[in-house]
Amino acid sequence: MRGRPGLYTSYEAEAALLPTRTRKVALGLLILVLVLMPFSLPVIDQIPFVRFLGDAPWLRVVNRALIFCIAALGLNLLAGLAGQVSLGHAFFMGVGAYTAVLMGGVSTPHLWGWGLPMWLWLPASGVVAAGVGILVAPAAVRVRGLYLAITTIGLVFIGLHLSRVFEEIAGPGALGRKWPKLQLRLWKEEEPFLDFSGNGHWFWFDVNRTQKTYYFLLALLVLFALAAANLARSRTGRSWAAIRDRDVAAEIMGVAEFRAKTTAFAISSFYAGVAGALLASMVGQMNPEAWNLLLSVEFVAILLIGGMGRVSGAIMGTFFVVLSPRFVEQFIGWTADQAEGDGLFSGFWDLLVVVGSGDFGLISVTQQALGFPLPASALDEIIYGVLIIVFLLFEPLGLFGIWVKVRNYWKGWPFSY
Amino acid sequence: MSGPLLELDGISLSFKGVKAITDVSFKVGEGELFAIIGPNGAGKTSIFNSISQVYRPQEGDIRWKGKSIMGQRPDHIAGMGIARTFQNIELFPHMTVLENLLLGRHIRMKTSWLAGALWLGPAKREEMTNRRAVEDIIDFLEIERWRKHPVALLPYGFQKRVELGRALAMEPELLLLDEPVAGMNLEETEDMARFILDIRQELGISILLVEHDMGLVMDVADRVLVLDFGQKISEGEPAEVQRDPAVIAAYLGDEAGLAAADS
Repeated sequence: MRGRPGLYTSYEAEAALLPTRTRKVALGLLILVLVLMPFSLPVIDQIPFVRFLGDAPWLRVVNRALIFCIAALGLNLLAGLAGQVSLGHAFFMGVGAYTAVLMGGVSTPHLWGWGLPMWLWLPASGVVAAGVGILVAPAAVRVRGLYLAITTIGLVFIGLHLSRVFEEIAGPGALGRKWPKLQLRLWKEEEPFLDFSGNGHWFWFDVNRTQKTYYFLLALLVLFALAAANLARSRTGRSWAAIRDRDVAAEIMGVAEFRAKTTAFAISSFYAGVAGALLASMVGQMNPEAWNLLLSVEFVAILLIGGMGRVSGAIMGTFFVVLSPRFVEQFIGWTADQAEGDGLFSGFWDLLVVVGSGDFGLISVTQQALGFPLPASALDEIIYGVLIIVFLLFEPLGLFGIWVKVRNYWKGWPFSY
Repeated sequence: MSGPLLELDGISLSFKGVKAITDVSFKVGEGELFAIIGPNGAGKTSIFNSISQVYRPQEGDIRWKGKSIMGQRPDHIAGMGIARTFQNIELFPHMTVLENLLLGRHIRMKTSWLAGALWLGPAKREEMTNRRAVEDIIDFLEIERWRKHPVALLPYGFQKRVELGRALAMEPELLLLDEPVAGMNLEETEDMARFILDIRQELGISILLVEHDMGLVMDVADRVLVLDFGQKISEGEPAEVQRDPAVIAAYLGDEAGLAAADS
């Protein structure tokens, strides 16, 4: 309805993912900006962040964030929607990554690899992870809350052990092995018809490998996010939310609890598996120790910061968690420059870093307290930890909650309600 | 249909020596409004939980349309056409009224997870048909204005109503109502009584009612079963039960019961 964004004239319109014209336009613009971001176009560059996020070193970080988004969306279905907080997400990512390398990797005397093309190994990495999820589910759906978290921690350690035992798949020791590249080819040895891993041309444009990977991942993320949002508004998603809120009542209303939880595990593992395969293939070489508990915890942190149970929350949380350590890094470097040039903001440097007796910089204070100097890189971890605590205490709905508050404020502006 | 809809036959339920229900039998016929009353702790809710198979009675048999339902999963019981509400509201607090009611439609919907993720024609159409069905219930229970509110934010009386709506959304043949007017004032109680009668008359759903509000039970019930300490002490039409000395004794003490028997 023209001019009446709150008035719906059909149930279809009300159930739409983007129910208002404002949202359609906003998302369209966002996607346009994202598509144009890697190129230095004069108009786009005026938008804050876009200028340097589009540059090669930052675009690599953005690519990493896009992959993490897919994994976070998966955990969001399981933990945010179905209420099953799992710490085994890294394990399922590992399962996906090793499925990819086994199917798509190069075979050598000491390593297994079937050299299959990506259109096989990428879906397979998700399917195999989902299958492992279904195998694990009978044990996992019988426990709740903290017990489930502990049970799923076990998975991570089983995975790490297996990767040490099966050197033919995981590669020798800490070295790991090379992953197949992100390129589409018809069959094993044929020339790739779409290569996301090398520099080249698309139509009339020069596109480097980072930009190509970016577009590929962006397209995948849109698909995965769409599927997650659809799941959330359909019968399956509702049954998950019911189990999260009151499991016994859900069963009495006719939800098959065991089945619903198993489905949640499987689909969440599918997301994790695909993300794991993408991550390893993008990086090129992975050490088996990468699929560890810290990685799992990172995804739980992403959901806490972004806001549980929301697609946009998971995406915002991921970008925040993946990008903010780099921002802090940049910030510290920038304050150092400022201090050297005796610039306007040189005080920041004193406040943060300067080491010496009698000053109150964060680092020197911690040095006096601990007895050893704190590396500057520890700062971003400290800030990251503090942020999680702040969100848990003050904004349980995370970045999504902040977004809703901002939106509602402007809805009523200039009236307070 | 011949024969009772639901039949409990010599049900006994105990928790490690604590006997919750002892040898209780009764039948609910089609279209009947059957009430269970009794003092606190008499085992009324335990009977509901046994019918839902959340509890598994050690002895006896529960038959639905002549077939035993003992050992079935709670979600299968729901699929057979038995819906219920709860004494302490068991809505899904983070979901809206609409979502709660749509969850009631779960057993009437077929969309698989894959169809749901793709949101193609059939999944979308099913969602809309069920949305329409849910709107009828919203209309029936007069909760239009709360449609999009998370149920946790609703006043108590309306939460009770939404819970009734969620059970109705399942299109049951038998509705188990566990204290539908507990904690309500007179006006709210009368509203609820009207809904209960409408459900039976307009929708033709049989009702099994557990309630403390004697006024309501005596007004609406066809037959009443009285429980005390897990045992059946009386059964019959409301007026008969009211005069039964055993019932008076259970509610007012032994002497009152004896006095009633003398007179």
